[in-house]
Amino acid sequence: MPATSHLTRADVEEFGRELDKIREEVLASLGEQDARYIRGIISTQRKLELGGRVLLFASWLPPAWAAGTAALATAKILENMEIGHNVLHGQWDWMRDPKIHSTTWEWDSACPADLWKHSHNFVHHTWTNVLGKDRDIGYSALRISPEQQWHPVYLAQPFYNTLLALFFEYGIAIYDLELERIPSGQKSLKETMAQLRAVAGKIQRQIIKDYIAFPLLAGPAFLPVLLGNLTANLARNVWAHTIIFCGHFPEGAEVFTEDRLQGETRGEWYLRQLLGSCNIDGSRLFHIMSGNLSHQIEHHLFPDLPSNRYAEIAPRVRALCERFDLAYTSDSLARQTGSVWKRVLRLALPGPGQRPPAVTSPARKLKAVA
Amino acid sequence: MGRMSAEFGLPGPTVLRRLAKAAHWLSTPLLPEDYLGLLDPLWSAEELRGRVEGVYRETADAATLVIRPGRGWSAHRPGQWVRIGVDIQGRRHWRTYSLSSPPERPDGCFTITVKAIPDGLVSNHLARRTAPGTIVRLAGPEGEFVVPEPPPPRLLFLTAGSGITPVMAILSSLLAGETPTGTGRSSAEASPAGAEAVHPKWPPVQERRALPDVVLVHSAPTPQDVIFGERLRHLAARSPYLRLYERHTRSAGRLRPADLAGLCPDWAQRSVWACGPAAMLDEVVAHWTGPEDRLHIEHFRPTVLTSGGEGGRVRFTKTGREADADGVTPLLTVGEDTGVLMPSGCRMGICHSCVGRLRSGRVRDLRTGQVHGEAGDLIQTCVSAAAGPIEIEL
Ligand SMILES: Cc1cc2nc3c(=O)[nH]c(=O)nc-3n(C[C@H](O)[C@H](O)[C@H](O)COP(=O)(O)OP(=O)(O)OC[C@H]3O[C@@H](n4cnc5c(N)ncnc54)[C@H](O)[C@@H]3O)c2cc1C
Ligand code: FES
Repeated sequence: MPATSHLTRADVEEFGRELDKIREEVLASLGEQDARYIRGIISTQRKLELGGRVLLFASWLPPAWAAGTAALATAKILENMEIGHNVLHGQWDWMRDPKIHSTTWEWDSACPADLWKHSHNFVHHTWTNVLGKDRDIGYSALRISPEQQWHPVYLAQPFYNTLLALFFEYGIAIYDLELERIPSGQKSLKETMAQLRAVAGKIQRQIIKDYIAFPLLAGPAFLPVLLGNLTANLARNVWAHTIIFCGHFPEGAEVFTEDRLQGETRGEWYLRQLLGSCNIDGSRLFHIMSGNLSHQIEHHLFPDLPSNRYAEIAPRVRALCERFDLAYTSDSLARQTGSVWKRVLRLALPGPGQRPPAVTSPARKLKAVA
Repeated sequence: MGRMSAEFGLPGPTVLRRLAKAAHWLSTPLLPEDYLGLLDPLWSAEELRGRVEGVYRETADAATLVIRPGRGWSAHRPGQWVRIGVDIQGRRHWRTYSLSSPPERPDGCFTITVKAIPDGLVSNHLARRTAPGTIVRLAGPEGEFVVPEPPPPRLLFLTAGSGITPVMAILSSLLAGETPTGTGRSSAEASPAGAEAVHPKWPPVQERRALPDVVLVHSAPTPQDVIFGERLRHLAARSPYLRLYERHTRSAGRLRPADLAGLCPDWAQRSVWACGPAAMLDEVVAHWTGPEDRLHIEHFRPTVLTSGGEGGRVRFTKTGREADADGVTPLLTVGEDTGVLMPSGCRMGICHSCVGRLRSGRVRDLRTGQVHGEAGDLIQTCVSAAAGPIEIEL
């Protein structure tokens, strides 16, 4: 039973207005401190990366290898999550600094920023959790919701989800090419070829940097540096995969059907974002390392508000959900990850009996009743 | 050149360039300078920056800022201006300021002199709340408010208020070598002699032909309000080539073109450079009887349409298309309807796929009704409507 059936159309719009108010308040209060926050994170990230790479040059000392690899992995995680993902969302565009801007930023990932911005910011954030629209549901490769039709290939999904975790950045790059849209003619071959070249160029530069240039520069430490960089990249990939899968795939996250989109109001859009997202509890450091995607709900409600503000508005969003008697899903990393993997394993097999997806908007339901 | 220095065992520019290029492979997807910038922000070549080295009070509401430009700055011509990007409350604001120092400054710095205007965001920030060490962004120098080389024999400068700033640079350069204070440094600074020998375009005074005959008519409310007052008076006292008329408007009233004929009877025969409030400049233009090319005007304030206008003409500068827009239609739709290939995504203000750079005018945020925007801002076209005529780089 949809979790919103108790709300009237007026309730939904009131809920939306309250959220709009939070958004306006945060926007009006953005200033010096926020700017200092993102610049501080960027500078910390770059120093960590430089430190990590220098330590790795001394990696004939095992502790130096471990410390260098850890520093580099941390830097790469920060770069992708708290910096890259959020800058590319336009969260820092208000500063008008072309060096920290969604239109100029390029990140340390196999996937070129432009390609990702389209598939993530537009497709995923606009059609969040709508079956057939949001390609992020299982990334077109996994059966992550019982509403998805079962196919024998899903029997292997525990295996290929593990592979996806390890090589997540490449998975995302290929996935963002939207290859499945070519046969139907929704996407032209020419456009795809151009994008493919961009991806190949980006991957080439990333590989040369981490697996050729830096190891060569290290001379005798070639191999340990290469292994350190590989470890850092794998760690970053697994971490990103874990956090991102916890955002929409644990138990409690709802999926919707396309008819829901027709004439969807601002309030209904907010509702869909809330019900399709899950938070992860944790410390301040954990939130930063997760790129504040641990505040997935707040991020989906306000994708372009600076991430450093999600923690402060989370209690208000939660209180609002209580007021309207709406589910606000949040749990520890261990439990959310467990929940995701339980789904991956369970849904590899056919069934369970198709539970009807959260279909119609409450307003339309009311109309139907009337 | 590279080979020559290589002969002496030093890495030449070619070698350095190759090294810098190789460093890109290590810093990708960023630039090497993004890391070097951790040490010194002025090393950035991609983004021209400057560091405020000193701030000197000129009058109660004006201050001179000494700025050290970073890599990539090219020497200016006196009278030109620079665009300065300043971060205030986390947001970058760009404004234009005339360079008040001549290019001959020996320390490689330049100065701007900013007068805080009531409610002025950037001018107050620069003149009152900026500390040495602050990093600013720079663009320029640019501008045609310059004296040709060689200078015409007779010149008249007509200035009021902060309009003296470009003229200070010009005078300092013209009269360089005349007095030890002629290097455009703020009155509060020390001024080592011999500075004028540095700049190739402006040879030391001995090598020049006769110095031109210069008249400066400057208006300010009171003697204390005259920016560079002491230096100007000092210059005029020492130099037989410069005549200075100060008009203190609080006691003597505003200078009228008729007064000018009394102060400088041959003003229509001179080459004139005028900089000050729009009303003054308009009068000068209206009363000018000499040939057009001898009158040079510098406006400090763009002529903006202040009507709270509902919509206006939209010009897409990259595609050259134009359309009339009302105040409620998103620029995205306006562009699409005129056949411009507009980038877009969610069309509801969340994905920022649709941004375009504003060249002029202001826009209304359709979500808040707030009218905003400065030249250079990136505007989300899907949630912005024209508030008056605008130009956008799309
Ligand atoms: C070519 C050029 C050279 C310039 N050189 C100098 C210079 O050497 N020294 C200097 O102090 N300024 C100079 N200016 C003006 C400067 O660029 C800013 O416009 C000025 O400092 C006001 O900016 P603000 O952010 O403080 O005001 P804003 O916050 O932008 O405006 C506040 C209010 O003041 C009004 N206003 C805007 N500009 C002016 C103005 N110039 N005079 C009076 N009211 C204004 C606005 O309409 C608004 O109502 C120059 C401008 C140009 C175009
Ligand atoms: S198209 Fe999405 S912000 Fe404009």
